Amino acid sequence: MTQLGVHQVQKNNKTARRPGLVARLWHSIVSSSLYSESGNSGYRGAASTLILHARPVSVPSSVLRYTHTFGLGGMALVLILMLMGTGLLMIFVYEPSPERAYQSVLYMQEQILFGRLIRGIHYWSANLLIAVAVLHMLRVFLTGAYHAPRRSNWLIGLGLLFLILVSGFTGYLLPWDQLSYWAITICTEMLTYVPGVGETLQQVILGGEVIGPATVINFYATHTTVVPMLLVILMIWHFWKIRIVGGVVIPRNSGGDPETEMGYVRFKPDLLVREIAVALILIAFVLVVAIFFQAPLGEPANPGLSPNPAKAPWYFLGFQELLLHFHPLFAVFVIPVLVAIAMVGVAYLRYDADLSGDWFLSAKGRSMAAVAAATAVLVTPLWILMDEFVVGPSGWLPGAEPVISNGLLPFAVMATGVVAFYILLKKFYSASRNETVQALFVLLVVSFTILTVTGVWFRGAGMALGWPWQT
Amino acid sequence: MADIDNSRRKFMSWVAGLLGTVAVFEAGWIAATFLGSRPRRASRAEEPEFQTVGPVERFEPGSVTAFRDGHFYLVRLQDGGFLALHRKCTHLGCTVPWIADEQRFACPCHASAFDIRGEVLNAPAPRPLELFPIRIDNGNVLVDTTNAIRRGAFEPSQVTRV
Repeated sequence: MTQLGVHQVQKNNKTARRPGLVARLWHSIVSSSLYSESGNSGYRGAASTLILHARPVSVPSSVLRYTHTFGLGGMALVLILMLMGTGLLMIFVYEPSPERAYQSVLYMQEQILFGRLIRGIHYWSANLLIAVAVLHMLRVFLTGAYHAPRRSNWLIGLGLLFLILVSGFTGYLLPWDQLSYWAITICTEMLTYVPGVGETLQQVILGGEVIGPATVINFYATHTTVVPMLLVILMIWHFWKIRIVGGVVIPRNSGGDPETEMGYVRFKPDLLVREIAVALILIAFVLVVAIFFQAPLGEPANPGLSPNPAKAPWYFLGFQELLLHFHPLFAVFVIPVLVAIAMVGVAYLRYDADLSGDWFLSAKGRSMAAVAAATAVLVTPLWILMDEFVVGPSGWLPGAEPVISNGLLPFAVMATGVVAFYILLKKFYSASRNETVQALFVLLVVSFTILTVTGVWFRGAGMALGWPWQT
Repeated sequence: MADIDNSRRKFMSWVAGLLGTVAVFEAGWIAATFLGSRPRRASRAEEPEFQTVGPVERFEPGSVTAFRDGHFYLVRLQDGGFLALHRKCTHLGCTVPWIADEQRFACPCHASAFDIRGEVLNAPAPRPLELFPIRIDNGNVLVDTTNAIRRGAFEPSQVTRV
């Protein structure tokens, strides 16, 4: 019997032979063995409880190494929980209407105890979550953990990433300052370039022709109810899928003795303390950042005055940068749709071998990824500079329709370059499809990162190129 | 006998599936209707609503006057013709200010620029600024701001003359 149980028994004489009701309820939720001196009470102890049955009883010792996963999935979970906690509090203060939204945020910051801190935690957790979720996706991809049986979980993960982006996007409007108003204007206006349904889609999202009361209600309901509900459902599904395939992907050969490499350690305490350590460090980090760097709140939204420059949220600035180089049809429709298809399709390609488990799959995969990353670092800035200073905004074929000169033509050049890169790399390294697809993925990810960095730091007034310290 | 049972069972489960599908669509339709008919939804007016913005003489030839509430600029060209330009950039919807010194509308968001007639001087804007219909009545300028008109290029017929 546990100490908590004993305590209950002493308090309640009528049930002297059994633990009290509270204790029994408590133990049915949290493993009683958590509190026992002797440690684990075995499989039954862990499996019969609500929280710990979501986790394995034992895990391979080789997955414990921090650099295998960097704890990114767990970090995403911790951030989502922090977002839900702080978000829940802010629901009680925020007023979703154009007249009241900004005032209520200001009121929360100035009049409510810890208001600034709660909003700061929410703000920094949200921004960090997007980075962590993307890094988690990269980790899964670069360790080849998207093949069967983890394939369906790759798709669920993409769904989660999408929800996180929707959440960030809908949350962006709610403070109703200049930054939010114009970022959402730009982003929803991007949708009008989707052929056929674009304008309808924009009007459904805005609840009318322009951003107004209906938009705030739509975004508020989506942000505080729809997305969190779906997130919880998909997260449970995500974790359950991890559990039934036996945890995270296992390193193939870490160069050690197979006997010890294949050794298993108990989830509790070996993995659990590591997870708790990561969670606590992360929480401490977010708290410190939130205390020292306040969440920004600019001037109240003014539909008559666009700030200069007007930028989308940072995680969409890669797309906004694309818009400067491609006709909108390609920047907001063709390229994103192709990327989405590639993200899903990459799990369904036929591969030469199962190379999952190790970072970058193999030594060859590692060197190919390095070549791809270096290519992207060289070519993307060159492309941006050339488009800015040599070709100019009139396009690649002056006189032709913009959709050709500024859309199809540069897109065709880019696509040819990517395909040529794929074929050359595969030939040169005589590599497997796994490794070449991975190199291509790295090429695109690094390119998009450079576009995002350019959009965030190297675009000043009028979206002109400039150094960060000048803009 | 077994065959009859089987076909009956198949039929019943087919009916159940059909009813279930219908129910899902009904619920979806009710939800969509509910959300779609909210009163906050800004709707376009069916009838044009011309509103007086001022007497003709108030606007000098070659001048651009901003009307904040109506979301437009009233332009009087050098030849005396009027244009009402929507202030929304045709690229991504930013509000374009009139830069009198440079005689152009310059979008702060992506450096699109438009001349006094609303024609594109600088990409990435794909189309000229949108127009609102103008009428001139008893020496007054009237503008209908309910419906913006898209156009591919500037044409003299778009100008309203006194």
